[in-house]
Amino acid sequence: MAHLPVLPVLIPAVIAAVMVALTRQDVVLARVLAFASAAAQLAVAFLLLAAVREGEVLVYRLGDWPVPYGIALVADRLSAAMVLLTAAVGAVLLFHAVCAWDRRGRHFHPLFQFQLMGIHGAFLTGDFFNLFVFFEVMLIASYGLMVHGGGAARLTNAMQYMVVNLIGSTLFLFAVALVYNAAGTLNFADLALRVPTVPASDRGILMAGGVLLCVVFLLKAAVVPLQFWLPGAYGHAPGVAAALFALLSKVGAYALLRFALVGLGWASLTALEPLAWLTLLVGALGVLAAPTLGVLAGFAAIASIGVLFVGLAGAEAARLGAGLYYLVHSTLTGAALFVLADLVRSARRKEGDAVLGGQDFAGRALLGAGFFLTAIAAVGLPPLSGFVGKLALLRSIPLEGGAGAASWAFVLVTSFLLLLGLSRAGSRVFWKTQGDEAVATRGLEAGGVAALALLLAGTFAWSLAAEPALAYFTRAAEALLEPGVYVQAVTGAGVFR
Amino acid sequence: MEVLFAVLIGALTAAGVYLCCLRQVFPVVLGLSLLSYATNLFVFVAGRLTLGAPPIWEEGVTRFADPLPQALVLTAIVISFGMTALLVVLAIRARFEAGAERSDAPAVTERPEVER
Repeated sequence: MAHLPVLPVLIPAVIAAVMVALTRQDVVLARVLAFASAAAQLAVAFLLLAAVREGEVLVYRLGDWPVPYGIALVADRLSAAMVLLTAAVGAVLLFHAVCAWDRRGRHFHPLFQFQLMGIHGAFLTGDFFNLFVFFEVMLIASYGLMVHGGGAARLTNAMQYMVVNLIGSTLFLFAVALVYNAAGTLNFADLALRVPTVPASDRGILMAGGVLLCVVFLLKAAVVPLQFWLPGAYGHAPGVAAALFALLSKVGAYALLRFALVGLGWASLTALEPLAWLTLLVGALGVLAAPTLGVLAGFAAIASIGVLFVGLAGAEAARLGAGLYYLVHSTLTGAALFVLADLVRSARRKEGDAVLGGQDFAGRALLGAGFFLTAIAAVGLPPLSGFVGKLALLRSIPLEGGAGAASWAFVLVTSFLLLLGLSRAGSRVFWKTQGDEAVATRGLEAGGVAALALLLAGTFAWSLAAEPALAYFTRAAEALLEPGVYVQAVTGAGVFR
Repeated sequence: MEVLFAVLIGALTAAGVYLCCLRQVFPVVLGLSLLSYATNLFVFVAGRLTLGAPPIWEEGVTRFADPLPQALVLTAIVISFGMTALLVVLAIRARFEAGAERSDAPAVTERPEVER
């Protein structure tokens, strides 16, 4: 069990390598391996969560090199929860993948595993150059998944996504170099110890590097004004890949918290609050205007990032905790919306996922019900977890003062706009139909429906588990705001592995 | 030495940014390569410029170069090389499938013509 923190990275890496070697022609074997890997990742993630539940910080030194010379993987409450979320979403989406997507091109399953490996690694690493490497693993896999199945619009959108992210990676390296130059370390915990001792002459360099790195994380998280790449890229990606990408923007938010609050030792991210408001507004307006369900899901993802950042911009543990609770909810709901858009796209031959009425199609009632529930979750109506998340968030923000009142106003008004946009889209796609059934049908993909049902069940279970979950994330947020235990565990000599 | 390095990095970055702002794929690829050269040099000097010093600590050696940025640059070079190769392949496929070589070609409103 001493090797627990490295297993979420190791399992998909090994399985992906085996897949590349053995399953070039054999899609059945690849599926068996993929499900075995998903089960193993889920088991490991649960063990990891159980191991850190009481606030322990597990430190895994690769090659047993002492921190700051070697690379450390660190599992605390927050990263263990994120790893479990990744493993769960990855496992659920496999059901969608195996019904069609993994036969539309080669190497789907190895790419999927590498994608999970990169995300797990980014959540677990305790070192920001290593974070860069896991970001790149994640991005390379996402480029592969994004063009999976081909098609002109998908390729050109993937090109833009790739160029934007390559520029992001360039900035990432510049920022890493600046911070290293000023502080002389790459480890979050060691950086936390060294920041107060950086001489005044190097403070400017440190700040420039720190802020630049934050900008890179905001780009990955798609916070306004760095959100332009998301709707087109995710909206045109294969449905199952886009659903998995719902996790990628959360990696940006997580890395921002880890770097700014733990590494740089900032008291809070309050400066981001206006950006969070704008992100909410842009996302909600985009949902109102979206031409296809895929793009709509992309804008809904941006709006949920806005809510998330309203939470993360707080200085109190309760508000951060509510934001983190909402992060889990928005990942499940975002994935569900992308899966649903993909199901509609494959069920309607002529209109695809355009937000237009058209010929009746098989499974309209079932998909309509699925859309209804997903929309309830996305807007934040009871009984699904979006409501609990927004309620907990608003309750943690005091109404007095301009900023608090503005946060309330933006969250509530954009919720209404989301309701409007999603109702418009749903009634057009599912109600404005004509013609005979079975004329334009292609049949429903059973695996996709199963994935959608599991994701919706997940949001329902998440709202039932609200009290312990909120308490858990509030404690995780306290550890971010007061990173003493984390820093001591990583840099201290007492804890081994 | 410092001035030479600073001018070099500045020139590479400026050229890279300019090329990335052109809206055709090939210049953007070139621009990204130039940017990655600039980044590599920049990371390299993050451990300060030292001439004729070993990159390793030994008993009695008082002047040594920081080995870490050199390791970082190695990683960064490999990654940026792989990325550039992938981008070129993708650009060629996009060219053949879409007939467009502008990086800003599509509008979000288009529906993907998915091969089913």
